Amino acid sequence: MFAYLVRRLLYAVPILIGVNLLTFALFFMVNTPDDMARMQLGVKRVTPEAIAKWKADRGYDRPLFINSAASGVGIVTETIFFDKSARMFVGDFGRAEDGRDIAREITARMGPSLAIALPSFLLGLLVTVSFALLLTFFRASYLDFWGVVLCVAMMSISTLFYIIGGQFLVSKVWRLVPISGYGAGLDAWKFVILPVAIGVIAGIGASARWYRTIFIEEIDKDYVRTARAKGLSEWSVLFRHVLRNGMIPILTGVVVVIPLLFMGSLLSESFFGIPGLGSYTIDAINAQDFAVVRAMVFIGSVLYIVGLTLTDLSYTLVDPRIRFE
Amino acid sequence: MDFLPVILWSDLLLWSLVLVSLVLGLLSRRNPLLRGAWRRVGASRAGMASATVLLAYLLIGLLDSLHYRPRLPETAAQTAAADEPRAAYAVDVHSLLDRLLWSLRTRNEKTYSEPLATRAYAKETIEVEGPGGQRLQQRDYPRLKHGGAHLGDHEAGRHADIGQRLLRAGGLAVLIWLVTAAWVATARSRATGGTPVQAWRQIWRNQSAFAWNAVLAAFAALLLSAAAIAFLAGDYHVFGTDKVGQDVLYQVLKSVRTALVVGLVTTLVTLPLSIFMGVLAGYFRGWVDDLIQYLYTTLSSIPGVLLVAAAVLMIQIVIDTHPQWFVTAVERADLRLLALCFILGLTSWTSVCRLLRGETMKLRELEYIQAAQAFGVADLRIIARHILPNLMHLVIIALVMDFSSLVLAEAVLSYVGIGVDPTTISFGMMINNARMELAREPVVWWSLVAAFAFMFVLVLAANLLADAVRDAFDPRQAGAA
Repeated sequence: MFAYLVRRLLYAVPILIGVNLLTFALFFMVNTPDDMARMQLGVKRVTPEAIAKWKADRGYDRPLFINSAASGVGIVTETIFFDKSARMFVGDFGRAEDGRDIAREITARMGPSLAIALPSFLLGLLVTVSFALLLTFFRASYLDFWGVVLCVAMMSISTLFYIIGGQFLVSKVWRLVPISGYGAGLDAWKFVILPVAIGVIAGIGASARWYRTIFIEEIDKDYVRTARAKGLSEWSVLFRHVLRNGMIPILTGVVVVIPLLFMGSLLSESFFGIPGLGSYTIDAINAQDFAVVRAMVFIGSVLYIVGLTLTDLSYTLVDPRIRFE
Repeated sequence: MDFLPVILWSDLLLWSLVLVSLVLGLLSRRNPLLRGAWRRVGASRAGMASATVLLAYLLIGLLDSLHYRPRLPETAAQTAAADEPRAAYAVDVHSLLDRLLWSLRTRNEKTYSEPLATRAYAKETIEVEGPGGQRLQQRDYPRLKHGGAHLGDHEAGRHADIGQRLLRAGGLAVLIWLVTAAWVATARSRATGGTPVQAWRQIWRNQSAFAWNAVLAAFAALLLSAAAIAFLAGDYHVFGTDKVGQDVLYQVLKSVRTALVVGLVTTLVTLPLSIFMGVLAGYFRGWVDDLIQYLYTTLSSIPGVLLVAAAVLMIQIVIDTHPQWFVTAVERADLRLLALCFILGLTSWTSVCRLLRGETMKLRELEYIQAAQAFGVADLRIIARHILPNLMHLVIIALVMDFSSLVLAEAVLSYVGIGVDPTTISFGMMINNARMELAREPVVWWSLVAAFAFMFVLVLAANLLADAVRDAFDPRQAGAA
């Protein structure tokens, strides 16, 4: 298993390098730093001196890959690529436009992001699995039919509608919780509860329908028939047999998103004013803060690759038939 | 000529997409498996009802995809200067839909007004005539310039007027529907060789092979709502007006094209890439497979929104620094829309590619393909004759499955600020502009509700059709749902 893990992690290295090169090409080669400077400083009436200063402040005035003016290792290290991209591998993301250290900002914002994303994820899983199990129990009845119709209708509604509608109804009309904001420590609960609830509801449609398909597929299998033949009640067949076997594809399917929970949710964080990584990203996009967007892209892919590795591991944990090769 | 046709890239792609799907549909009739699958789609009631609704959306979108620049009236100086006057065309580009909705487009109010209102939403200082004939200043809700203007001073008659219009609309809708139903029944009876009444009974009891009753039911709903809106829209703002007084109905109808372009063109531009890569990787294996796998793992490991954000930011700069590329503002907005499609495609082609690769790997181990290889048939020929036709069902499923999620994604991206050009009317833009107004008192809800409702119907129909298509084309899924 250890050898397998090492091999998986080694496999991740070329992918991360690929991501790094891709983002580098996107940010520095599609547009030259001059273009970015002009964009930031205003397209018209910008002096060459201002551009030069903007570039120098951010270290964008160096050559892209090879600095022939420098000597020794400086040929590769005193370049934009080394300075801006290669350093991300050791967690150095540089500074944002407002001069703050991006790495420190990210660690500070991870908490609020997780406070929303983790409960949404766990509660969402619980609710959708129960709902799917309920539909499976009443399969081929009107309840099941209308349940599926409800799922399709719910997944056709834009996430924006859930957020805007929920915020309007709960915070403005009923005045149950504050519209937006975040508090320190345990006081945060009243800011967290609505985004979590909305996150759960918005996710029900698509997942519950998918899980129901998985359960229905299981329910025709031989072992379920055996369990029924033993005289088990329908509920214990569902809970002890169908649920446990159906959870294999469900769990392995959701494992990949667990590391990404750190990134938070773009939409609900910005709507509810949660100072997490999602709103950080949106603010950076709106302010065209390229350094932050670049850092988030890199972190996102690292987390995704961690998720993929965890998925492979989880297969073997929940299903003993699968072995590491 | 009175106008100068303008062909935008997205127009071209949307129209060619319609042509391509027609050609593909005709081609797939030759394949008995696909023909059977299409027949199963045709028998699905939910599928056909939503296909009818989608056709209505498509019609709006296609009408909105024929652009032109109207000719400007000549000035006296111009006529005098040249013997053969050179035509000058307006800078703003209109579409056929704009032409049809000209009154909606031009009858703007000052600011917000409620749906079907005759008075504005906020009080203003207006001049009224006092009892003695003198002018008085008073705070009141001012009359709208266009909304219910035909009523004159007879504002109390608004409800009666609306009721009357609705009745007339309903009557017309019923009439058109009856004619259509009779026509369908006659056509069916000619095909099956019975009387029209028998054919109608079959349709009514859902005994026809094609789900005509669902189509007719959906058509009835469409006719009723379209007629009601058309009869009211002449003199009222059916969905109210927005902040700058523009008719919300017009905006909603314009948004349809943007949604269709994002939903359809995105898949269209990336499908060739994913088919090419997927088949190549699955068929040739070895280093080709390794390379392509590396490529799509790398791309798919960047979270979608972030990749889109990064790419859109960069495209924005390219567009802003090259104003000389575009003759009109519409062309610039169009390029931005297309860029968005390409970028969204960049993030979504990987999953289809992975699917096609797996299927190709399975297919190439089958005996008939190994036999073809043993006979020395060229690889390209094997791919074209034996592999591609057997991947068609996956391609069709991918096309319909992606549509609804892409339409929803456009709204989210426009909210985040990395969607369409701010001048392009889209559902996302409407929602984004209207959401702040919920904080007002009384609430300005109509823009938001109209945008969400139109988007919901579109996405719901797309989802239902996608389900029908998937059930019909995917033998593995058929039993499950």
